[in-house]
Amino acid sequence: MAKLKFPSDLKYARSDEWVRVEGDIVTMGISDYAQDALNDIVYVDLPSVGQKFSKGDSFGSVESVKAVSDVYAQVSGIVFAVNDELSSNSELVNSDPYGEGWLVKFKIEGAGDFADLLDASAYEEYCQNR
Amino acid sequence: MKYNEPLIYEISSPGRIGVNLPVCDVPESELPADLIRDELGLPEVGELQVVRHFVKLSQLNYAIDKGFYPLGSCTMKYNPKINEDVARYTGFAGLHPMNDEDSIQGALHVMYTLQNWLAEVSGFDAVSLHPAAGAHGEFAGILMIRKYHLDRGDVSRTKILVPNSAHGTNPATVTMAGMTVIELPSDHNGDVDLEALRAVCEGPEREHIAGMMITVPSTLGLFERGILKIIDMVHQAGGLMYMDGANMNALMGIVKPGELGFDVMHYNLHKTFSTPHGGGGPGCGAVGVNSKLKPFLPMPWVDIVEPADHEDEYPLYGFVKPEKTIGRLKAFHGNFGMHTRAYAYIRAYGGEGLFEVSKHAVLNANYVRSQLKDTYKIPYNRACGHEFVIEAHLDGAESIHALDISKRLMDYGIHPPTNYFPLIVPEALLIEPTETETKETLDEFIDAMKQIAREAKENPSLLTSAPHTMPVKRLDEVRAAKQLVLCCAPIMKGGTVE
Repeated sequence: MAKLKFPSDLKYARSDEWVRVEGDIVTMGISDYAQDALNDIVYVDLPSVGQKFSKGDSFGSVESVKAVSDVYAQVSGIVFAVNDELSSNSELVNSDPYGEGWLVKFKIEGAGDFADLLDASAYEEYCQNR
Repeated sequence: MKYNEPLIYEISSPGRIGVNLPVCDVPESELPADLIRDELGLPEVGELQVVRHFVKLSQLNYAIDKGFYPLGSCTMKYNPKINEDVARYTGFAGLHPMNDEDSIQGALHVMYTLQNWLAEVSGFDAVSLHPAAGAHGEFAGILMIRKYHLDRGDVSRTKILVPNSAHGTNPATVTMAGMTVIELPSDHNGDVDLEALRAVCEGPEREHIAGMMITVPSTLGLFERGILKIIDMVHQAGGLMYMDGANMNALMGIVKPGELGFDVMHYNLHKTFSTPHGGGGPGCGAVGVNSKLKPFLPMPWVDIVEPADHEDEYPLYGFVKPEKTIGRLKAFHGNFGMHTRAYAYIRAYGGEGLFEVSKHAVLNANYVRSQLKDTYKIPYNRACGHEFVIEAHLDGAESIHALDISKRLMDYGIHPPTNYFPLIVPEALLIEPTETETKETLDEFIDAMKQIAREAKENPSLLTSAPHTMPVKRLDEVRAAKQLVLCCAPIMKGGTVE
């Protein structure tokens, strides 16, 4: 557990997505804890640019040799960009979950509500107690 | 044993033949030129080569007839050979699905009787043998629930509650039936979180709840202690209760799901009732229903169409269409070969015998659990049903994962348990010994598991590079999932495999 990273500039969901807010653009991916628990990721199913999701909707899935897990929108919005690189290099989610392994960028619709998300230290504590 | 058996294409030699076709006894007719190929890509081998090739492959196979198979959730019990004898009776095996009902009264009697026996075992009003497998039975059940609500004119009930410990087929079934899933969390005892359930049943989704799917005992092998409250809450909200009967091997003669209040459930005849499985089928996912859902059963369904005149005569059976049936789910009458085997199994054991089956399945699982609880972490360590879960984390062997233990078990001649399921237990190993194993076999397994735990600490690479005694060593699962390339094509054209 000690070697897992929890960057302090991100917010985290209890369903293990991370969120980076930059103006009205929100980037999402899965946490280091999630990629470690899932093991080798072999396929990432992502939405198309322009698709609309509400907070809490499943916008795609991450498939590892162990299981397929849904990933959930942590904000309501329209898909602004997806990480196409993952279609051929899904292992980026394992090797760099917060960088090159990002999944989608949403353009926020309305006021983004992030009150239910955890900061890095709270999320790390949450992970340690599971 | 020689392990590196080549592909049959690799032992092919041009011009070699194994079969002399009989002289053509019907007039020849020319095939259209565009349908004739010069290259068929078939292997050219003699009969003895074919026999040896497939006998060797069969020796590489692992099966319940060869060794212990504690594959959790799958109930890999021994399938008595008398089942096979019965299924091969000419009167059964020689039937054609297009036979007239008049000429297959014996087969219909078997189906009718099996329907009733299954209904009795689980406390339901009626059973259909039509679905071909467990997930197919789930699909039938959820379609019946949907049609039940629509038939009452209630179009708003489109959501099904599913606990997060469920078999993956449950949410898949809901989606296939055009409905949506509301996922329920588990509490710290591994039971459904009753407060979360209450919140949904009394919240804004109340009017949208079509029903709930739940496995009993749960996928953790635990009896759901709040089951009566769960059934009551969902019924109060207007939903119906579906029981995933995959784990029925723990319940026969002990609990009747229909009497608990379930409205519908599926049975896996290929698990509980000893019809063979592993390798993809055929199976039978019979569905049992109470009186509310009986009119919706899939068709065709076997019933008496003309009662017998005298007690010692048989009635006339026929395929009937239930009044508000959800319709057909597959061609013809289900997998009849499975019905004969399950009939033979129940006939051989009788009601008392089935009770003994479940008692011993539960006893065996609890024996293994109690013997392993000091070596491995058992996250929900209370009396279990027919199976239990280990969390494959060993203190002092942090690099070892569930997969490493599974692979190492193969070196001990044991089929690995189910790994990484249920999803709510990290590094899960789901162990189901079944009732048909002797104490000696269980002890061998326990010894192997303890020895592997020692190896994990003293020589972890023995596990991480396992298996060592199999025809192929550790497989690259990532590459297997990402590069879906079959290698036969070049050989069929006379080339070689890279």
